[in-house]
Amino acid sequence: MTIEIRTLTAGNVWKVLVQPGDNVAEGDVLFIMEVMKMEVPHTAPAGGKVTAVYVAADQEGLDADAPAVDLEEVA
Amino acid sequence: MRKLLIANRGEIAVRIMRAAKSLGIATVAVYSEADAAALHVASADEAVLIGPPRPADSYLKVEAILAAARQTGADAIHPGYGFLAENAAFAAAVEDAGPVFVGPTAAQIAMMGDKARARDAAAAAGVPVLPASARLAPGGLEGLEAAGEAVGYPLLVKAVAGGGGIGMRLVARPEDLRAAVESLQSMAQRAFGDGTAYLERYVAAARHVEVQVFGLGDGRAAHLFERECSVQRRFQKILEESPSPGITRDARTAMQMAAQALAAAVSYRSAGTIEFVVDDDTKEFFFLEMNTRIQVEHPVTEMVAGRDLVQLQLRLARGEDCAPLLDGLVARGHAIECRLCAENPERMFLPSPGRISRLSLPEGPDLRIDTGVREGDTVSAFYDSLLAKVIVHAADRNAAIEAMRAALSAITIEGITTTLPFLIRLLDHPAFIDGRTLTGFIETHRATLFPPKTGETAA
Repeated sequence: MTIEIRTLTAGNVWKVLVQPGDNVAEGDVLFIMEVMKMEVPHTAPAGGKVTAVYVAADQEGLDADAPAVDLEEVA
Repeated sequence: MRKLLIANRGEIAVRIMRAAKSLGIATVAVYSEADAAALHVASADEAVLIGPPRPADSYLKVEAILAAARQTGADAIHPGYGFLAENAAFAAAVEDAGPVFVGPTAAQIAMMGDKARARDAAAAAGVPVLPASARLAPGGLEGLEAAGEAVGYPLLVKAVAGGGGIGMRLVARPEDLRAAVESLQSMAQRAFGDGTAYLERYVAAARHVEVQVFGLGDGRAAHLFERECSVQRRFQKILEESPSPGITRDARTAMQMAAQALAAAVSYRSAGTIEFVVDDDTKEFFFLEMNTRIQVEHPVTEMVAGRDLVQLQLRLARGEDCAPLLDGLVARGHAIECRLCAENPERMFLPSPGRISRLSLPEGPDLRIDTGVREGDTVSAFYDSLLAKVIVHAADRNAAIEAMRAALSAITIEGITTTLPFLIRLLDHPAFIDGRTLTGFIETHRATLFPPKTGETAA
């Protein structure tokens, strides 16, 4: 099953820590936004393999609820 | 001083312009591409575009700000708070270039910006300081365990170059110390360009109380009473009041005298704040740090002390004798400030930028609202989440709480998520009304501050 991780808030991307093909565990940080001088980490809701990454480091002006990372959940 | 450039944005830029206008001084705004339509630009006599939205490319860009001052003929620069306000190199560069820097000297900013030197200065002036370790440079962590034991647990790992609560780690157990120090050092290296850390005793039942000082730069200094700022999220203040509801008369006097002594000892120039942590169990107080700038919460002091702190800064910077304005200060009544921020309290105060589709702010005789936004403005993700400060003044604390509740209830803001409903719940909370405000207030009272919504069952 594919899990879509979307941005929690509008803002800018600070760092992206995963790329397609990476295996992640539940709770791993996938990327961090920098919004209003605050770090907003986005974590994996479940373990799985990263199949797509739509955000890039230093990307500016993202909307809230924008697609960011797709994860194929490990059964 | 004929023309003042304000090297800032938002509510503080607007507020500084108001003080400048009251003294007949012309104003220059600087702005980034994100702020072309901002209130602070519209409020100024002249405005200069200094760069793209990112703070590093605009509001933090010393050369662009100095060029704007040259271009407009500004003979003074006020840094506000945040951005370059506590950057000693900026203060020095301003005065080298010609304009007056409205604030302390570069040497004073540098000394107080280095936490370890600030602590030494406080101790030398007879101000109590918390048990702390020596400096811990990245890589050199021999003897760390012994240093932790000497300071005592729980303790805070702090960055020497940090500030405003940014980059602190709380460590409860010796086995977690090394990882916390290493993580903080790496963060501090990235964020501040200096990875040096130190350990400091953590006071569990703590109040955050600070004393406003104003120094004339020649060894004379006055205090303008205290502010209690214990209610915080992420070590960032959310509500401030004066006087503090939780310290004894003796502690208050001792703290005020200690702050004044420190400001005098360093011949402090302009407005500054000396922050203390108060142990609520023992009522002991300890020096935390000195902020060498005008602070967000300065209006609380202006309300009780009856002085305009920014106007005082400008008067001193243009060479007026400010001593008469600091004579015979009396604290009157009780003032409270609430910070209205673009954040979602229900989601761990997640930032919430966006467009303000509707904004209506009340007015009243003992009510002051400092804001940098208008209806229709877009609140940018590039800057601080502070939208407005609501400040009330009343005869006593209960009346001030009542006035604040009325003021907040009269605010309409739509289009973005804000802290407004949370602030009203905070004012209604019995522990707040009783003045039992410790720095862990929001965590301690999470269950009652965030009641389950209708339809949800309480866990």
